[in-house]
Amino acid sequence: MKEKTKLKRSSMKRYIPLYMMLILPVAYFVVFKYGPMYGITAAFKDYNIFKGLKGSQWVGLKYFKELFSTPGFFKALKNTLILTIGDLVFTWPVPIIIAILLNELVSEKLSKLVEQVTYLPHFLSTVIIASIFYQVFAPTGVINNVVTSIFHCNPIPFLTKNNGWRITYWLASIWEGTGYGMIVYLAAIGGINKELYDAAYIDGAGRFKRIWHVTLPQIRPTIVTILIMNTGRIFSIGFEKPYFMRNVLVEEASDVISLYTYRLGLQAGRYDFATAVGLFQSVVALVMVLSVNKIAKKLGEEGLF
Amino acid sequence: MANVYDKKFSPFQIILTIFFILIILAVLLPILNIIATSFSGRDAIAMGKVGLVPVDFSTAAYKMVFKDKSMIRSLLFSTILMIVKTIVSMVLTILAAYPLSKKDLPGGKAIMLIITITMYFSAGMIPNYLLVKQLHLINTFWVLVLPGAITAFNLIILRSFFMSINPSLFDAAHIDGCSEMQTLRLVAIPLSKAAILTLSLFYAVSRWNSVSDIILYVQNPKFYTLQYKLKLMMDTINIPYDEKDEVTREIIAENFKAACIVFTMIPVLILYPFVQKYFREGVMIGGVKE
Repeated sequence: MKEKTKLKRSSMKRYIPLYMMLILPVAYFVVFKYGPMYGITAAFKDYNIFKGLKGSQWVGLKYFKELFSTPGFFKALKNTLILTIGDLVFTWPVPIIIAILLNELVSEKLSKLVEQVTYLPHFLSTVIIASIFYQVFAPTGVINNVVTSIFHCNPIPFLTKNNGWRITYWLASIWEGTGYGMIVYLAAIGGINKELYDAAYIDGAGRFKRIWHVTLPQIRPTIVTILIMNTGRIFSIGFEKPYFMRNVLVEEASDVISLYTYRLGLQAGRYDFATAVGLFQSVVALVMVLSVNKIAKKLGEEGLF
Repeated sequence: MANVYDKKFSPFQIILTIFFILIILAVLLPILNIIATSFSGRDAIAMGKVGLVPVDFSTAAYKMVFKDKSMIRSLLFSTILMIVKTIVSMVLTILAAYPLSKKDLPGGKAIMLIITITMYFSAGMIPNYLLVKQLHLINTFWVLVLPGAITAFNLIILRSFFMSINPSLFDAAHIDGCSEMQTLRLVAIPLSKAAILTLSLFYAVSRWNSVSDIILYVQNPKFYTLQYKLKLMMDTINIPYDEKDEVTREIIAENFKAACIVFTMIPVLILYPFVQKYFREGVMIGGVKE
């Protein structure tokens, strides 16, 4: 008995250096990731800059009630969903199709080149991507120059009308995300047992039958997992992309939740109300991820966790 | 993984090849157009004649970019910031990943859970801002380093990498009298060089590209990174015409903006071959489920 506790103590001692290493990283997560959680209370308080968070009065759900009676909030929510659902619909199939076709390509050199080139936009900053799209899709940009000279029509309002702007936004997502999105599918396809293809080939299956009956079923779990992840994300829109892509003419379409929070919180100084907006978004986004994951598991697919 | 059932020059392969060349062009065309515009003359741009090659070759726009001392200054600042941030991030990530890679560490699972939660739930923009403000970090250098110091995703990648190292190597090091710190330094790190390099590049690129923290936390031009300068430059509508200055007579806003974009892109294009090499593996390791 004595022996055992001694052993335990000595083994606990062995862990001390490991815990020492963890001090700084854990402190980081506590301060910078969990520290702000305390700030969430601002959503339930009448935030007073001079009194600080602690001294401010509790007001309960006041801001959430206000939230649901503010048209600006609903507009931002609607705009967010239009952009993210569009992203989901357009950027989800493209990498799948390209990865499958890439697998059909004989030339390894070309397929390597395609990968290298399509990854590139992923490494460009949002500012650069937005700047490039603003130049290229401008009324006098190269795309409109080509279009107007071929069809003798007016420039397409890619940046100046709400719907045109949305299309530009989605095109930027496709341009930026396709290469990155392809990686998981290429890996999944690479992992398919070659004998399945050989068997299908011997059975006389043509190319499209092989894609339909071998490739697609084999990468189905990956396709579904990615779909789950993307669906779970429709309530979370980043800050940078809408911030840099927007312009005065399309404010009706570009005012999304993250920009709404920014405008009200940091520009108008309504920390409390803006925190409530942000909290609403975080909670709904989390519920989305969890429920989509659950539904996927119920349907017999592999979930995320 | 290439197709082995087709001949290289079958009709289908030719169509596929054309398709993929079009894809490559679709990705590269916008970039090539920007480069061409940056090197073109003002009249050619104004008349919409610039496609993929410069028309009326001119470097006036670049002269204007380099004349602006604040652009060069931001380039230097961005580089220093990127290096400092990458080192801080990497040290912290290694210090976290190594102990957490020990399956028998009591409490390790709980700490992992605490870390993983932050991937799915964050307090949001305003609470983060209030915290940063309370820590008196607004308008400081460190606000651009500390709040995003560790990315949970990168931590998980490195942790799985450390886990994949044969434990007998660690045991051998311990028997030889190595402390945990020495084992980390002499065994774990040398064996994960590729992973550490990949993650450093991830951290470096993400710091290089990120702008939102500058918008949210910084008003001092001293701390403007190159990306943020680009944003400010893109808001230029007209180049003030200066009779005495030859350069302003030769350019219009479009090619000045294009030159700014190219200038900002160059560092990423230089790093890209290195990043790209490890990119796919890095993403795949990160995708491994817990």
